[in-house]
This record gives sequence, C-alpha cells and structure tokens, in this order.
Amino acid sequence: MSSEEQIIQLTPEICQAIDQWVLKYPPEQKRSAVLAGLRIIQRAYGWLSDERMRALAEYLDLPPMDVYEVASFYSMYERKPIGRYKLAVCMNISCHLCGSDNIIKHLESRLGICMGETTSDGLFTLRRAECLAACTDAPILQVDDRDYYKRVTPEIIDQVLEQLHQAGRKKGRDDAT
Amino acid sequence: MIKFEIDGKKIQAKSGSTIIEAADAAGVDVSHIPRFCYHSKLSIAASCRMCLVEVENGRKPLPACATTVTAGMKIYTKSHQAMQAQKEVMSFLLINHPLDCPICDQGGECELQDLSMGYGRTSTSFIEGKRSIKDKDIGPLIATEMTRCIHCTRCVRFCSEIAGLRELGILGRGEHSEISTYVEHSMQSELAGNIIDLCPVGALTSKPFRFKARAWELRARAGIAGHDCLGSNINIHIKRESDSQPERIMRVVSRTNEKLNETWLSDRDRFSYTGLYHADRLARPMIKQIGKWQETDWETALTVATQKLQNVIAQNGAQAVGGLISPNSTVEECYLFQAWLRSLGVPHIDHRIRQSDFDHQIQSPLVWSTCKCVQSLEETTSFLLIGSFIREEQPLITSRIRKATQGGARVHVINPVDFDFHLTLTNRCIVSPWGMVCSLAAIAQVLFGNDKKKLNIMPKPIAELIRQQKPNTVEHDIARDLQQDKAPLILLGALAQAHPYFSYLRVLSETIAIEIGAKTLHLTDSANEAGAWLATALPHRRIDGVSIKEPGYNAKAMLAKTLKSYCLFGLEPTYDSAYPELARTALQQAECVIVCSAFKNKAMLEYADVLLPIATHLENEGSFVNIEGTRQSFQRSVNKPFAEARCGWKVLRVLANFMGRPGFDYQTVLELSSELSRNLENDLQSEHIPPVDFKPLPTVSDNTVWRCGYWPIYRNDSLVRRAEPLQVLTVEQDLAKLRLGAALATHLKVNNGDRVSVSSDHPDAKPVTLQVLIDQRIADATVCLPSGLPDIAINGPLSVVRITT
Ligand code: SF4
Ligand code: FES
Ligand code: FES
Repeated sequence: MSSEEQIIQLTPEICQAIDQWVLKYPPEQKRSAVLAGLRIIQRAYGWLSDERMRALAEYLDLPPMDVYEVASFYSMYERKPIGRYKLAVCMNISCHLCGSDNIIKHLESRLGICMGETTSDGLFTLRRAECLAACTDAPILQVDDRDYYKRVTPEIIDQVLEQLHQAGRKKGRDDAT
Repeated sequence: MIKFEIDGKKIQAKSGSTIIEAADAAGVDVSHIPRFCYHSKLSIAASCRMCLVEVENGRKPLPACATTVTAGMKIYTKSHQAMQAQKEVMSFLLINHPLDCPICDQGGECELQDLSMGYGRTSTSFIEGKRSIKDKDIGPLIATEMTRCIHCTRCVRFCSEIAGLRELGILGRGEHSEISTYVEHSMQSELAGNIIDLCPVGALTSKPFRFKARAWELRARAGIAGHDCLGSNINIHIKRESDSQPERIMRVVSRTNEKLNETWLSDRDRFSYTGLYHADRLARPMIKQIGKWQETDWETALTVATQKLQNVIAQNGAQAVGGLISPNSTVEECYLFQAWLRSLGVPHIDHRIRQSDFDHQIQSPLVWSTCKCVQSLEETTSFLLIGSFIREEQPLITSRIRKATQGGARVHVINPVDFDFHLTLTNRCIVSPWGMVCSLAAIAQVLFGNDKKKLNIMPKPIAELIRQQKPNTVEHDIARDLQQDKAPLILLGALAQAHPYFSYLRVLSETIAIEIGAKTLHLTDSANEAGAWLATALPHRRIDGVSIKEPGYNAKAMLAKTLKSYCLFGLEPTYDSAYPELARTALQQAECVIVCSAFKNKAMLEYADVLLPIATHLENEGSFVNIEGTRQSFQRSVNKPFAEARCGWKVLRVLANFMGRPGFDYQTVLELSSELSRNLENDLQSEHIPPVDFKPLPTVSDNTVWRCGYWPIYRNDSLVRRAEPLQVLTVEQDLAKLRLGAALATHLKVNNGDRVSVSSDHPDAKPVTLQVLIDQRIADATVCLPSGLPDIAINGPLSVVRITT
C-alpha cells in the first residue's frame, strides 16, 4: 500500500486557463494540453516544481511521467527555481554577427554572474537562446520568454536592467495567467 | 498467408506480421536478425536501428521490426548493404557505451556484447569523451548503471504496457536523454524485476545478485514458482560447490511458458530465493529436552517425534491430534501428510489456514474451479472481482486482465479497500466486508429478484438477504453489464476466501454465474490449493473424493479446540493463520507439537517440541496444481537441500515408517506421484449432497467496525518473509498502521497519528496499540490492518474488531 503523497491543487485560475487549451483537442487527447499547462504554471510561479507537475498530471488524468518527460525535453521549462526575470540573449548566427557576445559579456559583468546563473538577490537569471526569429533586429534580448528587446546595446541593456530592477522590487510576480 | 523470401529462402507468414516476426517464426531456417529495442511482447519503438535489412527495390535499409511483409518481398539480412547498415549502427551504439565488459555485471549474458562480436569493429574513429550518467536508486531489487544504457526503451515500454504503471521515462533530449523515475523512489511495480531480463545491456541488473557470480559459473534447473496460483515457470541458477561455499541457489529467472507467465515473472517469485539462507533457516533436526533446544541427527529426532506422538495417541486417542499443512506444499506432501495421519486414525487434517467460514464445505467441488486457459483471460470482456487485492495476490494474472482492459474489457470490483490495481476499473463497490455480501446480493436481486421460484429454492437466509437489498446505481450497472456480456468471469480472491461469510459469497456468486452464464474462478493465494484439495488434505473428504460421515475439525476448529498435539507442515501459524492468537494459545498449550518447516521463528521455538528441517519449493521435488488445473512437476534443482534439510515427502514417509505404518515404501517421488496419479484419474465424481443449513445473517449495528486484514504481497509465506530485499519494500510501505476513512475517524473521534487499540471481537482478546492513518481508500465501517505482520496478532482477517481510543 503506497503512502499518501502530499497533493498540491492547481488554483481555479490556472485550471480555467488550462481548460481553454483542453477544449482545443479531442476529449481523449487531453495530453496535448501538457505543453500549454506547463507554460501556464510556469508563468504563474516562475518555475515548475515536482508537486505542481504532478498536480497538472492529475488534472489532465495522466501519469506524472508524461508530464516530467515533456518538461525535461524542452529547455524553456524551468524545473528549478530561477530569478524573478529570465534574460535570454540570442546566440545564433545573425545575433552573433551583430555582437551578442558583447551583450553577454556586458550582462555578466553588470550582474556579476556567469551564463546560466542567477543573481544573489534572486532577480535575474541569464540564459542563452537559439534563433528567436527576429534576425532583422539582431541582437535580441528576450525577457521572461515573451518580451523582446531589439538591437540591444550595452546602453539599452543598462536601461532595461534599471527598469526591471525598479519593477521587480516594487511588486512580486504578476498575475497568474 | 503471405509468401515472400528471406535471404533466398521461401517463407510464409500471416499477413500483417513484421519482417522480424516472420524471421523469428521461421526459426533456424533463416539467420537471426540483430535487435535491441524490439521485443515480441512490447510495442514497437524502432529506435535502435540494429535490425536494418535490405529489401529489394527499397531505397534504403529498412528496420525489420517495423516493416510489415508484403507478398513477393525479397529481404536480405546479410547482404552488403544490410551488413554495412548494421555495422554502422553498432559503431554508433558503442560511441557512448563503456567498453569495460570485464567489470560489468551483465558480462557474459549481454546482448550488446554478443552482437558486438558479430557487428562491432575492432577500432573506432570516435576520440571525443564519452557521456556519463549518474546512477539512479530505484529500490532494493534493481541495480542501475545508467552510463551503459543504449536507450532502447524496453524498460520504459514494459512499465507502461505490462506493469500498468509509468514509472520509468526518458528524460531530457538528445545527448542528455536518460532513463529515470524523475523523482527518486523505489519502483512500486510488483513486476519491476522483469526489466532486468529485458535490458539488453548492463544498465539494469539484479541488485541482490550483483557481482555474486558470472553467468558461465551457473547451471540452470527448471522449476515452478511457488508463491501464487499461476505456477510460473522458472529457471533456478545454481553455483557449484566450491572449497569456500556449498552448492548455492544464486538467482531465479523466468522460463518462458506462453500459456502461463509468457516471458515474465513477478518480483515475489524472482526474489524470494534471497530468503533461502536466512539465519532462521533450520539446518539440522532439533529436539526440545527439558525446555532446552538441541540439534541432533535425523534418527534421534524421528524417534523422539514418534514416541511423543504415540504417547499422546495412547493416552488420549488419535482424536487429540490435529494436522495442519501449508497449501504451498506439493501434491505429494499433501497426500502423504493426510495418508500418514489418517493411518494413525487422526481425523483432523486441513490446509485451509486462511479460511474462516467452512460451512457448505461438503458441497465444495473436489477441486476449486479452475480456468482452463489463463491466456483466455485476455479475451474476456467483463470481470467481476470479489474480495481481492489481485495485483498483490496474482501479479501476472493481473497483467493479463490489464491487457484485456487495454482492449476495452470492463472490470467491476467489490472490495473493502479501494486497492490500486494499475488498471482501469469500470465500477467499484468499496464496502465493508459485510457490505460485500450485501452488494453481491443486491446484484443478484437486480438479476432475478422478482423471480419467486428461484428465490424459493435458495437457502433461506440467502434468499432473505437478496430480498432485503435496495440496489444502488453501481450495483445496477454491474448487474446490467454482466448480463449483457457474452462470457463474463466472476473472480473470488483471497479476501473472499478468508471472509467470515465465504459460504454466502460462494453461493451468491455461483447462483449469479448460473443466471447469466458466467464462469467463476477462485484465485487462491497459495501455490497448490487445488492440489491440496485433490490430495484431500481436508477433514471432510477421503482420497477417493467421498465425503466422510463425521468430518474432523477444520483449520479454525482445530486451533479453537486446543488439542493435545499438533503436527505442522511448512507453516508458521502465528503469521499464516487467519487466527494467529488462537494458534499461539493452542500450540503453546499442546503437549506435543511436531513441526516440519524450513524456517524457525521465536514463537515456534516456544511451542514446538521437535523441529524437522525440510526443503523449500526451490530445492524440492514434486508437483503443484495451478489455476489451470495443470499438475506441473519439478525435480530437485540442487543435489541436496540446505544442510541437513530433506525433501518434505521423504520426511513424511520416514515418519510413517517409524510409526510402523504399512504401505509407505516409496523409494522415489516418482513412485509416489504415479500412485497418486492413478488415484486422481479414478474419475472423481462429486456425490449429490442435499443443501445444508446456512448460518443466520449477522446483526450489524451502526457501531460495528470490520477489519480488512489482507496478506501483503511480501508477507504471504515463510520464504518471502525472509527475503530481505522484499522486506525492505514492505517496510517502506509502512503497513503497521490502522488505516480508516475520514467518516469512521470522525465517528470514533480520532485523528491522524492518534494511538488506538484494536482487538478481535472477543472478551479476552489481546488488544494491539497502533497509530491511526486516515486513508480515503478504506470503506465505511472498516479499518485496514494487514495480516502476517510481526507483533500484530488479531483473529479473523475480515471479522468484526473492537477499537478503543
Ligand atoms: S536501461 Fe536498459 S532497457 Fe532501459 S532503455 Fe536503457 S538499455 Fe534499454
Ligand atoms: S539569430 Fe538571433 S534572432 Fe535569429
Ligand atoms: S530492433 Fe528494430 S529498430 Fe530496434
């Protein structure tokens, strides 16, 4: 007899958001909503804890392994806590030619961390990204998987950091959608 | 049938078969196609590409495991193109695989090692670093060396398709993919050990066997598994005697038998051998003299046993002796046991140690209903399961039912606990033990409740019970589904058999079966229950099947009556009996207790007078009758069972000889078996016996609390209880708790973690104090407290209990 595991429930808002995705697929193909479900949870909490992934599996009536496999396959799903903001610099050819190397160096020295690390105040995590399909505006900085900053220069980076710093200290994580 | 060619040979195969299936079916006629990910019992992954073959007019080599044959196809498995492709694949596989076979536990029985002999190159052009993966801890049974994994995904597919529990998965991607449970934990599946056999490399190996021996040092002997009623076929691997060690059984693996276990084996059958050389094992005969135990030789021990038993009989008559034998004993042992005791005039003989209700026994068939074909379970479309934690009781029968459900079969369950079977259930009635009887009666009511004639010919209390019911929607649903199905199957499990109203459950299920044209099947939780019935290790029936006018005591009465003397065979009643408290008192009060057993325990040393060491089923010779009704014989695997232990049948024969009984002259087990076969062939016919009275319905009040005391999978018999790796898993399950549902907890005013005492419903029952654990799977008015656990002895696995807070 297996001992009872602590079950975390997803919030009603998250469930609602997932339901919209579930509707898009045939009823027996609920698992198609795993990708969206993970994205929604990650947006709400910043990362995907084991318990929340299990809760998603439970919600979609799947074995937890189905969720773990998907979450570990894609590098944009965070399975460990990360900083308040995820800064991703594109490293593919166009951005590279336009100096994304320098951008990274600048970010590393400004934040005092290396690629992949998180600042000690928990505000920023530095990541590299593959082509973000915005080569015309290279080099690209992407914040939190959705906001693009185009043709970034060290000056723009400084401004962005300053803004985020202010915002990040003022309020916590935004709404759960 | 489709005609085509492999390597120039003309072959026929069923349409729709793949090239690899067709080639394997053709057997030695065609050359073996190398493969890693393909397995005939699993879905097709086509991920390793080792099986690439050339197909005429094909643009490129095709995977034989995923390509179906077509008429006139010409396939070349050894052509230049095919060989080239296979060699390339092999060099890719070896890029990351360590080349250190001498220090790998799989060395000598590794599919990768074997195939690399044929397809590997002598040198590699890969000079970069190899990847390495951290090993995983997946429990006490399976050792991992994940760097060796070639990602064939056989283990992953096995878990989800056969074991029904997706415990393993491929995590990460590309270079970084690895097989893992993600969250580290011991594997929960009771079939997990099969991935050891499945893994083509040394990534998953047996933990208890790790580095104990090399494959070529071992000799394999065919055997029959002895922990459930399927009778899985096994190979026992034995290491020869050496200067440092006597002959030893080193491991057990599965032996293919498509009809029974296919290529699988349950963990209980695979790892129970680890208990063989436990410190409790009886090495030499022992006798108790003035309260002190001493080891002795067989001659002395048998003389003492004879004297003691004859003394009791001389003073109190043979009526004062009772014989209890384990239903895990061989047919031959059961036969000799009853023959020996009956020759002494002893009437009390039984093997039904877990049964509580013996009413209606004379109307039992000579043999428990059997399922003529385990394979056919897969085609059954509707099951009604009554009183069984079937996944733990019958792991591989469950996997057949699981396959049936994957094809759409419906499974309905009546149980006191919502056990997880790792399969989809259609309907469940989770009710107290008495509620189980009522649910079944409710189903009967839906089916024929209006038919006065039918009710009138039924035993009164049962007809009464059927009339009383008010079926709910679930019961309606179940009844309707069973009625509509062509050939439904009703399964009675170990909890039904241990039920205090077993006779009710039996009559009800049989009546329902007749009504709807279903079959009933008893799943017994021992290896040879059917054989024990046939060999009449029973108080009420003679070997020719005729009932005895005045039957002796049954297993329960024998213990309740505290006889002067007991003869026990292969049993530890304080763990195995449905009445452990009664057993302890009765045995302790007896003047003389003679025990034939492979193991000793503390209680046994207190109550026994003579201990005679016998072989376990892995060392024994004889036969078991399985669920199909097939008698499977096995020979001794080792030259000599452990130390001075002897095969049980010999011990019984010599006991009879010592007591001067004539007719016990068997020289070999074969002689005995053939005499028995002659007996059994004598067309056994049940006599017609008029209906008997049934005990009245119980009075159930709002305060009645029932117990569900199932025997956990690894507490089921003496050998598994000594298998340490399996015990680790049992401990992890934290079973020694009093589990109950929230409603009952509120009613009793207890909370999680509170300590309460439980006892059987008898004025002088000794209470046991336990922690409460609220568990939603337990039915109302029921607590779950398993049987067979150390230091918890409560009579009646499914009886009423008293709880004091
Ligand atoms: S662990 Fe073994 S069975 Fe599982 S994927 Fe790897 S090589 Fe295959
Ligand atoms: S290379 Fe950076 S956006 Fe395309
Ligand atoms: S056996 Fe065919 S691809 Fe693996």
